[in-house]
Amino acid sequence: MATVARQDFARSTPNRRLRPTETTWTIILFLLPTLVLLGVFVIWPIVSSFQLSLYDWDGLSPTREFIGLENWTRLRSDNIFWKAFRNNFTLVTLSLAIQMPLGVGLAVLLEQGEKLFIFKIFKTVYFFPMLMSSVAIGILFKYVYDPVFGIINPALEAAGLSSWTRSWLGDTDVALFSVIAVVCWQYTPFYMILYLAALRGIPTDLRDAAFIDGAGESRYYWSIALPQIQGTIRTAIVLSLIGSLKYFDLIWVMTEGGPSNASELMATYMYKKAFPSFDMGYGSTIASAMFIIVMLLSLVLMVLTRRFETEV
Amino acid sequence: MRTDKLIKNATLIALGTVWMVIAGAPFYFMALTGFKERFELFSGKGVFAMPENPTWLNFEDVLTGGSFFNYLKNSVLIVAVSVALILIISLMASYVFARIRFRLNRPLFILIIAGLVIPLHVTLIPVYLFTRNIGLYDSLWALLGPYVAFNLPISIFILTEFMRSIPREMEEAAFIDGAGPIRSFLRIILPLASPGVATLAIYNAVVLWNEFVFAFVLITSTDQLTLPLAIWEYQGQYSMNIPAIMSVLTLSALPLILVYIVGQERVLKGMMVGALK
Repeated sequence: MATVARQDFARSTPNRRLRPTETTWTIILFLLPTLVLLGVFVIWPIVSSFQLSLYDWDGLSPTREFIGLENWTRLRSDNIFWKAFRNNFTLVTLSLAIQMPLGVGLAVLLEQGEKLFIFKIFKTVYFFPMLMSSVAIGILFKYVYDPVFGIINPALEAAGLSSWTRSWLGDTDVALFSVIAVVCWQYTPFYMILYLAALRGIPTDLRDAAFIDGAGESRYYWSIALPQIQGTIRTAIVLSLIGSLKYFDLIWVMTEGGPSNASELMATYMYKKAFPSFDMGYGSTIASAMFIIVMLLSLVLMVLTRRFETEV
Repeated sequence: MRTDKLIKNATLIALGTVWMVIAGAPFYFMALTGFKERFELFSGKGVFAMPENPTWLNFEDVLTGGSFFNYLKNSVLIVAVSVALILIISLMASYVFARIRFRLNRPLFILIIAGLVIPLHVTLIPVYLFTRNIGLYDSLWALLGPYVAFNLPISIFILTEFMRSIPREMEEAAFIDGAGPIRSFLRIILPLASPGVATLAIYNAVVLWNEFVFAFVLITSTDQLTLPLAIWEYQGQYSMNIPAIMSVLTLSALPLILVYIVGQERVLKGMMVGALK
């Protein structure tokens, strides 16, 4: 090993003058694959989407018709798109309102029960939903929600709540909420583990000091742990917000946005327009609008969290 | 004092059991139904009733009848190749961002990190058209480009942070000994970055193993399907045979659940890496 190193040393000494060029070449060579891939599969497609939004095209015929901003005016008065947009925001709001408190609660529960053996099993099983693909979860819950062969309605009947039973995915009033419940079921474990890691990261002397001062467990969590993990909570909120706007798989598998657009999201609507209906121009318009909305929201979040950080 | 503790533990276990039922019941339903006979669900007994004649038939049908192993092979292949490429490419880029000073370092890094929030749906139509134009449409390898490209920003972000936390002394010593940037990268940074790389590999593998949208848009032929897409196809094929579908779901979920049970802490760490930065 030592000889190799010495040889290296001997061989490279005369080249010292050339080092700046080697560095330049390293930069170019090492960044090239990344830049090419992102250029071809991310940046250029974004530009292309905006460009396609100016055309009327089925994606197959060799000619496409330039129609200017017509697709965009159509989008402005497209009730289904705005319904999908509102649904997306319902999804965002409910995701945050359910997953964040539930995630913190479960994390506290796991931390409290740490010493009990059965909690090893609990923790293992709690995380299972994150391991299945959204497609598998969607299909599974289609049957869980099934009015006859599922598990929700029979469970309600057994509990004497027969009047609550319904066609969970077929009823326009509840379909969106049924789907959101599954989204929460799937993602809560993720935030649970995130918060658990944050809780464990709190220095133990803070905890000890609190107990010496006579604080109980609940006082500790409320007054010390919660403020300590607020950075993590902020990260989780950003992740959840941005993730909810891009949601597609689960809704597509469970309802395809139906019944009659009741659970339509921007992503499912965009897919429907572009692929099954071969309206590539309008599909691109919806996709571009989604891009603008997500980017705007990200910017707002960035500014907000930064301001928040300086204030606190 | 002892009764206090007893009450506290009993409460904890009771609460824990409530969520255990919520999180676990669908899995129980899935596994149990897979062992039932086709028409048993129509018999009017409860869905949680034990199978009358537990049968492996559904599982056997899936494993021998269709092309389950072909889908499995497709998924393993595309995930393995994609993850390998993601790791190599992002290691190279991260090294430049973490260690080499040049004017465009910061702007380029920010540009790549902005890729973290881009909704992939905005690229779906152009990527579909592009794939068709280059003749890769409807092939497993059509997924390679999008799979690698979309996971680069997060991977580069994580690895750059990781490399910045590696002390510079060894590289400085190597520099004095005349080592250039490439040698530093291969001999010093790569070995030291391996824990970060392992975590990142798990993260990317899980994400891609479950990926659906690109596969859904870019592939139609049955012999090219990945596992998530195949489940979707099975569902169409067996729509009224619930036990058969449940056995497919169970089999498709099993690999990841087994890996998770064996290496729980590593898998958890890998899956959380995107959030813990």
